[in-house]
This record gives sequence, structure tokens and C-alpha cells, in this order.
Amino acid sequence: MIAGKSKSLNYLRVAAAWTAACVMFFPIFWMILTSFKTELQAISVPPLVVFEPTLENFTVVQERSDYMRYAINSIFTSFGGTLLAMIVAIPAAYAMAFFGGRFTKDILMWMLSTKMLPAVGVLMPIYLIAQKAGLLDTRTALVIIFAMINLPIIVWMLFSYFREIPTEILEASRIDGARLFHELRYIILPLTRGGIVSTALLSIVLCWNEAFWSINLTASDAGTLTALVASYSSPEGLFWAKLSAVSTLSCAPIVVFGWFCQKQLVQGLTFGAVK
Amino acid sequence: MRTFTSMLLGIVVAAFAASATAGELTIATVNNGHMIEMQKLTDRFEADHPGITVNWVTLEEGILRQRVTTDITTKGGQFDVMTIGMYEAPIWGERGWLEELVFDDEYNVDDILPAMRGGLSANGKLYAAPFYGESSMIMYRKDLVEAAGMTMPDNPTWGHVADVAAALHDPDAGTYGICLRGKPGWGDNMAFITTMANSFGARWFDENWMPQLDSAAWHHAVSFYVDLLNNYGPPGSSANSFNEILALFNEGRCGMWIDATIAASFISDPGQSKVADSVAFAQSPVAVTSRGANWLWAWALAVPAGTQQAEDAKKFIRWATSQAYIELVAEVNGWGAVPTGTRQSTYDNSNFQDAAIFADAELKAILSANPSNSTQEPTPYTGVQFAAIPEFQAIGIAVGQQMSAALAGNVSVAEALEASQIAADREMQKAGYY
Repeated sequence: MIAGKSKSLNYLRVAAAWTAACVMFFPIFWMILTSFKTELQAISVPPLVVFEPTLENFTVVQERSDYMRYAINSIFTSFGGTLLAMIVAIPAAYAMAFFGGRFTKDILMWMLSTKMLPAVGVLMPIYLIAQKAGLLDTRTALVIIFAMINLPIIVWMLFSYFREIPTEILEASRIDGARLFHELRYIILPLTRGGIVSTALLSIVLCWNEAFWSINLTASDAGTLTALVASYSSPEGLFWAKLSAVSTLSCAPIVVFGWFCQKQLVQGLTFGAVK
Repeated sequence: MRTFTSMLLGIVVAAFAASATAGELTIATVNNGHMIEMQKLTDRFEADHPGITVNWVTLEEGILRQRVTTDITTKGGQFDVMTIGMYEAPIWGERGWLEELVFDDEYNVDDILPAMRGGLSANGKLYAAPFYGESSMIMYRKDLVEAAGMTMPDNPTWGHVADVAAALHDPDAGTYGICLRGKPGWGDNMAFITTMANSFGARWFDENWMPQLDSAAWHHAVSFYVDLLNNYGPPGSSANSFNEILALFNEGRCGMWIDATIAASFISDPGQSKVADSVAFAQSPVAVTSRGANWLWAWALAVPAGTQQAEDAKKFIRWATSQAYIELVAEVNGWGAVPTGTRQSTYDNSNFQDAAIFADAELKAILSANPSNSTQEPTPYTGVQFAAIPEFQAIGIAVGQQMSAALAGNVSVAEALEASQIAADREMQKAGYY
């Protein structure tokens, strides 16, 4: 009886999980489907599910836009921004995790609270700084901005991973004469490799999907794929099918990347939860 | 220290990399058919002008406005040519933010339609050259109108339009009598509602810049608009703007549509529209006056003051807005695909007349729009569907939200207009008009 009840509950859980997954995946599925329609089919009421697919939209995107340039910019800024953020965040998280003071939690909360600030609130100051520094429409500007906007989350995540390391291990290494660099290099980093990798992966995904700064700080040289997607919205004329095609092309690299790294990503994200 | 020096060096190198390269033009534009065609034909310009290369930055309309405004006010220098509208051109020109455009005789500036030239000028100086222009007009399904036993005169009244909408309205068959903009925005629902209000005898401001949104004329116009759409419009009209209605019309869901003349080329194109062979056109409806009953707009090319490439930028504008460019598009894509609404010579061309069934109606609408005299009573502002003052954008957005709320039934028309009047009054006082 109990086994039967447990089995039913299990089926219910599986059904709920599949339902949630389908609901979350549906917009992506619809986007991909629409990318193979003509503009007329894309606006059809009721919506068409069965139709003769066309690659016309992908051809138009390739003809009209230098996709590779945007993709390279996305790769450069995502990885560059993540690298810069990690260089700053690892020492910061280390200091807070092992040499924390009375205000460590407050500092962490304050850092996180900066994520609650609407980006548009600091658009003008950052635009002017970028302009004065000659960084408008450069990948350097995006790398710096991406690093800054993801820093609070990265520091938080690394802080929680570092906190999992027993301080006794560090104390033992210090007795053996390990100095700061050695402690980081030979103890902290190997023990938290999974967490660091998953943090970096998450940061790359966040950088890849960032649109606000990419659209506002770039022009013809440093535009990323999100800026390319935004350019396909039209004030006068049908554009859903082409927009879906360019969105599919823009999502594809990061989805493939995420697929290959899903084990590390999930492992890292649940690191604290299973402890 | 070494890292810091490297970073500094990196920034300096990037700064040099970012600085404008001589002969390289960066053009900001919107994504629509005519602009995309211009991008495709850019290699012709580059071939004719060795030493000049063109980079395109295509942006969504709202983002384009935000970007070019930021760029021009901060002297960012990111763009050498900007695509701007009839609202920005006179304001920015007057402030010295745009270079004056002076063309040689061969360009034939007198060929540009007077309404377009006037709307893009300030103090007699042309600050932007029109790439394509538009007015507004009625686009309707002649098959449905005939089947309903109705007629559509060339210059109908709003009363007649309401009668036709009632006759065409058949939601069970999936056809709605009339489709109109309802999505909030100064360039969305307010563009349309302002023309309607003009025709009902309303105005945005009196001669002393006092907002007039609580007037009887505004009340009549907005009440008529809300009733018309609620009775004979598609559900969810408060979320509809140009593209949403274009999709509905092309699907055969709208009996009638009053909107930008540029829509005519889309709905009469069999490749895009299921009802291409049954569309017809008439002038915008009139209530108590024909003044300001149809809007006037142009997407135009301008050169921001302070660009290092002003001369090359002007060469590009001269090329892209010339009669020769229109002929080039016709040669490549046919006369049905040329940018319209800018030059008289386009409408005089018999090939164009044959290719564009909407040519006469469009020209008539554009010629009848007068930004300097668009209301029954006198006003201190220019513009048909907007008042060409910097404060209008904020006012238009606030009022547009109220109109959309009234259409959705969240507030009454009286409440919406009262709130609009307060918002406009506050904005004008803050700006120091009185």
C-alpha cells in the first residue's frame, strides 16, 4: 500500500517535472519553428504547426548581417568579461571567506544589492566614462562592464564554495609553511575547482545573454549577438520569422556550450545544497 | 604594477582603435524594407565614391531614438549619418545639433515634396533629407464593402466610417469592422488619436501653451475612438500598433484600417497579404475640419554636428535621397519597391503609377498635410500628429497611456483626459512655458 502510494507520488513528480520542462521549453521550440516559416505563415491565425519549412530566413540573415563578426564579439566579451571578473572575484571571495570580519555579510549583501539597481539608471555616467576613455563601440568596454555587472554574483558563489573548505586544512598548510599564493594555488583552487568552473560557466551564459549594454555602447564594430537580434525588430513591416531565425542562430552556440557543460554546471550550482 | 600598466596600455590601444577612421562612415538606421534595400545597394555608392566605406548600425526604432539622442547630446561621435524623423529634425536643427544640408542644382531640391521639405527644416534651413515619407489614409477591403452594400467615398466623414465599420463587423466570421492603433506611445496610438482629435476641432495647446486636453473637442474625439474600437474593433486593441494590425489585415481580419500610407505597399503585395487583390484606399476621415486629419512623417537622413566625416556623410545623403537612387532601386527591384513620399518626380513617373495602385491616394494624403496649419484653432506649434517641442515626447507617452487605459476600459474617457491634462500641465509648467 505504502509502496503503491510512493510509486504514485513518484509518477506525479515526474509528470510535474516534465510539465515544467515543456512549459519552459515551449517558447524556444516556437522560436525555432517560426524561424522555418515565411513571414505570412508566422503571423497566421490560428498558428501553423504543420507547414512546408523554408530556410529563406536564415539565408536573409546571412546575406544581411555579418553573423560571424557578432558571434566572435560575443565569444570574446563573454569569456573576457568572465576572466576579468574571476581575477578580481577569487581574491575577494578568499579574503571574505577566510579573513572575514564583522561586516563581511553586510559587504556581500551590499554587493548583491547593486544588482537590484536598474541598469538604465547608470547609463549616462557609464556612457560618458566610456566616451571620455575612447571606449565606445569597443570590446574592451563590454569586457569591463560585463565583469563589473557579474562580479557580485561571482563573489557570492565563490564565497559560498570557499566557505565549504574546513579551516583546519588551511591551518595545517600554514604550519607546513604555505604562504598566501601557495594556499590559493595548491589548496583552495583544487578543492573548489568544480565550483569555480560552474561559476565561470554561469558568468559566460549571463555575459552572452546581456543585451542592454551591448545595444547601448556599441555601434558597428563591437556589437554582440544580442545587438544583432535587436536590430531585426522593425517599426513598419513583418519581421517575426526573420527575428526568430536570427534568435535561433544567436542562441545556438550558447545552448550547445551549455549542453556540453551541463554536468559541471549542475554539479557546481548544487554544490552547497547537497552539503 | 605591471598588470596595471598593461591594462592602461590596452585601454589606450583600444581608444585609438575606436577613433573614427578617415573615409569610414557609420550610419544609424532602423530596420525596415527601404532601409535594408539601401544597405544592399551601398556597394554602388562605395564604387562611385572610392575612399569611402560605409558601416551600418541597425537599431530598433525606440533604441535608435535613445542612441542618437544620447550620441548627439554627449557629442559621442559614434554616428556620421543618423536616421531621424520629422519630430527631431526641426528641434535638433534649431539647437545646432545637425549640419545644414545644402545641395547643388543637380540634386533638384525643389523636387522634394514641399510638406516634407518644410517638416525637416527650421528657420528656412534644411537639416535632414527625406529618405521615405508617409501620411495616413484609409485602407479597406473593397470586396467586403461591396458585399455589405456600402460605399467608401474618397473623402469620408467619421460618421460614415463608423457606419461602414458596423456593416463590415462580423466577429463570428473572423472579420472586424475597423482596426486602429491602441498601443500606448507618442508615435503609436497618439499619432493616430491626434489626427482624429485635429479633425474633431481639438488642439494640444492654445496660443499661450496651455494644454487643451480637457476641451469638449478632445472629449468628443476620444469618446468616438473608444466607442468605435470597442464596438467594431478586434479584441485587445489597446495592445495593437502598426505591425500587429498589419498582421491582422494581411490575414483578412480587418475590414478597414487607418494608418501610415507605407502600409499600402505591404497589404497590396501578394507575397505578404492574403487580401492583396481586394484592397482599396481613401483619404483619412473628417469630422468638423479636414485640417490635420492625416499625419505627415518622414524617415530622413541627417549629419550630426561635430562628426569628423561631415563632407563624406553629406555625399552619402545626397546619393541616398536623390532621384537617381530611386531610379536605381527601380532598376534593381522594380518601381513597386521604390521609396515613396519624398519626390514629385516619383509620382509623375508612369512606371511607378502602374506599379503602385496606392500612388494617387498616397500623394494626395501627403500633399494635404500641413504641419504649420494642422488644427481648426490657432496653435503656437508645428506638426500634425505631434507638437514639435522637446516636451512633447514625455507628454505624448503619458497621454498615450491614459488613452490606452480608456480603451481597455480601466478608466473612463473623462478620467483619462483629466489625468492627461494634469500630466501635460505639469510638464509644461516644469519646462517654464508659463
